[in-house]
Amino acid sequence: MVKTLPKTDVVIVGVGWAGGIIASELTKQGLNVVGLEKGRERETEDYYMVHDELRYALRYELMQDLSKDTLTFRGNEKIRALPMRQYGSFLLGDGLGGAGVHWNGQTFRFLPYDFEIRSKTIERYGKNKIPADMTLQDWGITYDELEPYYDKFEKMAGISGEENPLGGKRSDKYPTPPMKHSPQMRMFKKATEKLKYHPYTVPSANLSEPYENPDGISRAACQYCAFCERFGCEYGAKADPVVTVIPVAKQTGKFDLRTHSWVRRILHKDGKATGVRYTDVTTGEEIEQPADTVVVTSYVFNNVKLLLNSKIGKPYDPSTGKGVVGKNYAYQVVKGSAVGYFEDEKFNNFAGAGALGMVIDDFNGDNFDHSDVDFLHGGYLALTQTGQRPIQNNPIPKESPTWGKEFKQNSLKYINKTLSVSAMGASLPFKQHYLDLDPVYKDTFGDPVIRMTYDFKDQDRHLAQFTAKKAEGILKEMGADKIDTMEELGPYNITTYQSTHNTGGVIMGDDPNTSAVNNYSQMWDMDNLFVVGASSFPHNSGYNPTDTVGALAYRAAEGVIKYQKSGGILA
Amino acid sequence: MSEEKNNNQVEKENLSRRKFLRNSGIAVGGLAVGGVLGSVIPWNADTAENNQQQQEETKNFNQALMYFNQAEFRTIEAATERIFPQDDNGPGARELGVAYYIDHQLAGAYGFNARDYMQPPFFHGEKEQGYQGRLNRREIYRIGIREMQNYSHQNYDKGFTELSEEDQDKVLTDFAEEKVNITTISPGNFFQLMRSMTLEGVYSDPLYGGNKDMDGWKMRDYPGNQMNYTDIIEGEFKEIPPNSLRDHM
Repeated sequence: MVKTLPKTDVVIVGVGWAGGIIASELTKQGLNVVGLEKGRERETEDYYMVHDELRYALRYELMQDLSKDTLTFRGNEKIRALPMRQYGSFLLGDGLGGAGVHWNGQTFRFLPYDFEIRSKTIERYGKNKIPADMTLQDWGITYDELEPYYDKFEKMAGISGEENPLGGKRSDKYPTPPMKHSPQMRMFKKATEKLKYHPYTVPSANLSEPYENPDGISRAACQYCAFCERFGCEYGAKADPVVTVIPVAKQTGKFDLRTHSWVRRILHKDGKATGVRYTDVTTGEEIEQPADTVVVTSYVFNNVKLLLNSKIGKPYDPSTGKGVVGKNYAYQVVKGSAVGYFEDEKFNNFAGAGALGMVIDDFNGDNFDHSDVDFLHGGYLALTQTGQRPIQNNPIPKESPTWGKEFKQNSLKYINKTLSVSAMGASLPFKQHYLDLDPVYKDTFGDPVIRMTYDFKDQDRHLAQFTAKKAEGILKEMGADKIDTMEELGPYNITTYQSTHNTGGVIMGDDPNTSAVNNYSQMWDMDNLFVVGASSFPHNSGYNPTDTVGALAYRAAEGVIKYQKSGGILA
Repeated sequence: MSEEKNNNQVEKENLSRRKFLRNSGIAVGGLAVGGVLGSVIPWNADTAENNQQQQEETKNFNQALMYFNQAEFRTIEAATERIFPQDDNGPGARELGVAYYIDHQLAGAYGFNARDYMQPPFFHGEKEQGYQGRLNRREIYRIGIREMQNYSHQNYDKGFTELSEEDQDKVLTDFAEEKVNITTISPGNFFQLMRSMTLEGVYSDPLYGGNKDMDGWKMRDYPGNQMNYTDIIEGEFKEIPPNSLRDHM
């Protein structure tokens, strides 16, 4: 027996950054919004015992319970896809705030090049520069068009930063000044300036000073306590949806937030969404929530899963390149990095903040000439000081023993004597990289899980080697006595943590034949359905994705409001 | 709770620990001669050390077993001590309580793989696809320990705990490098699981049963649970006496 509830204006599936932003913007405009969140409620008080590396970083306290839902993975179509049974390469957020709770807070804008990547690449290098199977696409929006939404997100979150000398034009400065500079950061700055690069402070959602945002939300300053990534912030200093946009939505009295509500289908009839069906995971009850407009804002994989299980949109077919749902899955190439050992120095590596660091963009996007390199795009190079917690950080020289007496001596000796320069390499899309439904494995309710087909390509291998060499050069200039540099990227491996920057699958564009949503994140095939998040990135840039997710969410919120008034496909 | 008071407490604990080590000849001597004494009276040496410790320190009710039997516990204690041995820097896995930590972890959700996807069908996969077995961690340990014993007896005519440190290292190396022929579990994965849980036991908050007296943290100048580093973040290296989550209650 399915219970059917009264209709609402808008129902939102997944209450993280995208869902929270859209909920706050729509309720401020007087719309009635139901927010369905699969996981539990969260509040700052939950983090009183948060300085616990084992519980949060290694037992994944804030992450989705994989026994209930996971995905399967294979490197290519010839291999049998098998479930990701344990966490490794990336971490799926869970509960109110989603991945916006456990992020580090590094808040970069993408480059103007990113949004017109295909046109600008052809313009500068000719068509042949793009490999035949690379499905590179423009985004259907320009940087200048998206800029006001970046600005909106940054002011809401209180981003602390200084202008990127090689970035797109800003309409306003960051709302709060940059974070403090540690000795390590000063070393990086000096070295990169000497190398004629353009260093700037990592833009940070860990507040550099107390801040009140335009919604009237006040937050405290970051204490540099070193527990951001995989942790929630006990001070509310790190911007997350629970301490920013969700309270604003709640305050309107128009936001009906329901946690423990696992949406399994988007309901539709005659090409229009009619609502969603979800399971109350505490009772097992099946519930239908009708709505004028449905907004899907869960994580990348679940956005794709919901569309495919609901039979909405044309599934992508890698053999023909036709279809759009599941297309252009991309990731992040972070292994092209280097570690420096400083025998005569000692650093406070235990202290830090998720978005504390210095960075350069000299080798990101198309900021350098690609004529003589065999890859496109690039990545930023950064020295970040996120706080090296002891279980996960035991730096030892390459080729030295990984256990026993020598391991213990090395790891104790080097923990506060090593610095890394790491890359955030872009990940470009390929015809063979996609998401679809797994034919064998099911989630806890018997629905097919997502199947990922993905591996690193020559593009990634060359990019990683390039950024690793640049990282090495910076460490040399910083005075490292010994440097370990990544040499070979190797195949993509789902068991080692790399980054939770999964993108694509419901990509945006200006052509319904090659994209699933328009630049308001509105489905081409179903105009009262919006699918928002990093799932709409046609490729992933050489940056952390959250600023762009936030900007696209503000744009989508505007789209939903327009749609509620006028209907039809928005232009 | 003032920080000053905390630091004093920490200092006091440090002093009593150093005094204890100085005064207990058996403990220090036993650890120094290691395998030789260990192979003759491993069990008695431990007991003597424990008895003496109990007289000087409050009984630690946490140090009892939830999953392993005694022989399994002693095997894991010996193996993890080789992975993270006692040396001039400070205590090893045994003294830090790593084996108790592992025992307690296996008794709970982690041992049962409660939050992992354990649904069939099970197939052998590529190494890039990760663990695909049907056994949970507690089962892997039980089989792994038995296989370590078998392997020790086959090659050295002794159980693992009776081997010299050098031979224990050889056994562990053969497991790590997959030179041991086992059909039920991957010896390499078992070793990696032991290695990662050893580091967890050395460095997790003492509330989990390892990292005794925060000595794991002290060896690497890790301050544990601190409310903020705002005052030191811009400065040079600073040694800060550690706090645990207990200090936060």
